[in-house]
Amino acid sequence: MTTAPTQNSFRTQPDERGHFGQFGGRYVAETLMPLVLELEAEYTRAKADPAFQAEFADLLEHYVGRPSPLYFAPRLTEELKGAQVWFKRDELNHTGAHKINNCVGQILLAIRMGKTRIIAETGAGQHGVATATVCARFGLPCVIFMGATDVARQAPNVFRMKLLGAEVRAVTAGAATLKDAMNEALRDWVANVHDTFYIIGTAAGPHPYPELVRDFQSVIGKEARAQMLSRVGRLPDLLVAAIGGGSNAIGLFHPFLDDPEVKMLGVEAAGHGLDKEHAASLAGGRPGVLHGNKTYLLQDADGQITEGHSISAGLDYPGIGPEHAWLRDVGRVDYTSVTDVEALDGFQLLCRTEGIIPALEPAHAIAAVKKIAPTMDKDQIILLNLCGRGDKDIFAVAEHLGVEL
Amino acid sequence: MTRLSTAFSRGPALVTFITGGDGPTAEILDALVAGGADVIELGMPFTDPMADGPAIQQANLRSLGAGTTTAGIFRIAAAFRALHPQVPLVLMGYANPMITRGPDWFAAECVKAGVDGVICVDIPPEEDPELGPALRGAGVALIRLATPTTDAARLPAVLDSSSGFLYYVSVAGITGLQQAAQASIEEAVARIKASATIPVAVGFGVRTPEQAAAIAKVADGVVVGSALVELVAQHGANAAAPVQELTRALADAVHAAR
Repeated sequence: MTTAPTQNSFRTQPDERGHFGQFGGRYVAETLMPLVLELEAEYTRAKADPAFQAEFADLLEHYVGRPSPLYFAPRLTEELKGAQVWFKRDELNHTGAHKINNCVGQILLAIRMGKTRIIAETGAGQHGVATATVCARFGLPCVIFMGATDVARQAPNVFRMKLLGAEVRAVTAGAATLKDAMNEALRDWVANVHDTFYIIGTAAGPHPYPELVRDFQSVIGKEARAQMLSRVGRLPDLLVAAIGGGSNAIGLFHPFLDDPEVKMLGVEAAGHGLDKEHAASLAGGRPGVLHGNKTYLLQDADGQITEGHSISAGLDYPGIGPEHAWLRDVGRVDYTSVTDVEALDGFQLLCRTEGIIPALEPAHAIAAVKKIAPTMDKDQIILLNLCGRGDKDIFAVAEHLGVEL
Repeated sequence: MTRLSTAFSRGPALVTFITGGDGPTAEILDALVAGGADVIELGMPFTDPMADGPAIQQANLRSLGAGTTTAGIFRIAAAFRALHPQVPLVLMGYANPMITRGPDWFAAECVKAGVDGVICVDIPPEEDPELGPALRGAGVALIRLATPTTDAARLPAVLDSSSGFLYYVSVAGITGLQQAAQASIEEAVARIKASATIPVAVGFGVRTPEQAAAIAKVADGVVVGSALVELVAQHGANAAAPVQELTRALADAVHAAR
């Protein structure tokens, strides 16, 4: 008798050492290593603890507002003259993006581990706001590291974090964006390991972060899968999501990975264009080690990390979560990229056709759908993760459109 | 005997760190040797030095801003080896520049340039296959870090994959800022030396000859970095003389424990 070989599943990663194929791992300073191992052990216990799972589910339902709706977009579908376009509306979550799903899970872990101080990095500010929110909810002090460039271009979110009681530390090193904020958060963590929990905002960093962030965000895909089956009686033909680090995308994709009829498309930020400044680490990078994991990175021949660029502060990172790096190499998920200009166009398209102002991050996914939907049949279904709302971006968009507010 | 084991066999050793390509590196290296340093750590600059405090962060950025490349670091190392055939030279830095052309390439370059050992901040024992086998196979020491968070359960794994010496990071934190209490250093060094077969050097936050002298009483080596890097920042092209002066004071303090 033979049993089905486990390698036929795309849902069994990472291995016990935290590797997704050659990617992932635990590339951290020795000071952090014992803590990372402790986190892994605690997360393993929490996963198997019905009380932890029940508290997580309860908070998602009553605090975050889940399940988020599954929405058919009739006017966008009509305009694109191709496949039906559906949205998973995670922009309707409390705090306006998918980030809160992960923050709820991680703060419950922090409390389980007896940690009394929270730190986080943020780019667009969505993860910073979500972290500050759960810290206020549970009464824990919180420090958010944010690149000074991002502090300037995301002023409303900086104010939100402060209202929620967080201390926002502007990081001036490097290009003063998300990568530098993450460096500074790691420096703080290494100096405060005894009492501090680092809530990483995307499915990256040292093991077990890519796994646990994916698991907490997988609520998106689990709900969407059940909603699709209940509404239309079948699974979608194509999933589309924007990718910076890739947490909303992996959260949508992961529950569908073993459904061979479901294709998947991750959309990176091509910035000014792939031949110019961009943040598309799969399209323009190669494997390397940064921030605790091995993954595709934008880097020069010497392995020095180059700065990402995107109109979207949330995609402006020179790396990508290690599971995406693996899914691309094994060919399960396709990845593409769209430019700043195309994303702005997608942003306006959604405002105009559906009365939804998206964040600039999912505007990249809209732009990709605009290209691909017309090439598909009218009875096919695209499910796009609308992972954030655009309130935070209206100032940046106005500037790019030459409008003075 | 290797150059590293010889250096430590003479009694407590002064280990000095500077960032390669920051300031007149060749002159500064000569000044470290002239000042009495026993082991030289040459920092390979990296865009994202996550374990370093402001002094060494800025040194990394100055060096990269001046156009330092990996090939340039190996040229500096090879020139040093030609001038100072007996002084051990260790490269210190982060994983990505070391593995980006493959660990075998890196190990071979180390051998060609006469590099005795490598300290990689972000490759813990758990990821040893990424770099360790290639270095050890080429006869280049992989020097591991132990920290105040390295408990008794982990210490054997750290020691097993370490060669040359063990670098005890005396504070849980980044380079150059806090100083550890002497009592905690003594306790930790005694604990580590009880199971270590290689020399144990202590660093992070060591700035003055007085601190160095106290640590040299219990450890096999004392590492000083940020205080020297700050002199390079302050004096730029004229850094060699003040670097030599501080090195001499530190070396006298460390060697007095012999």
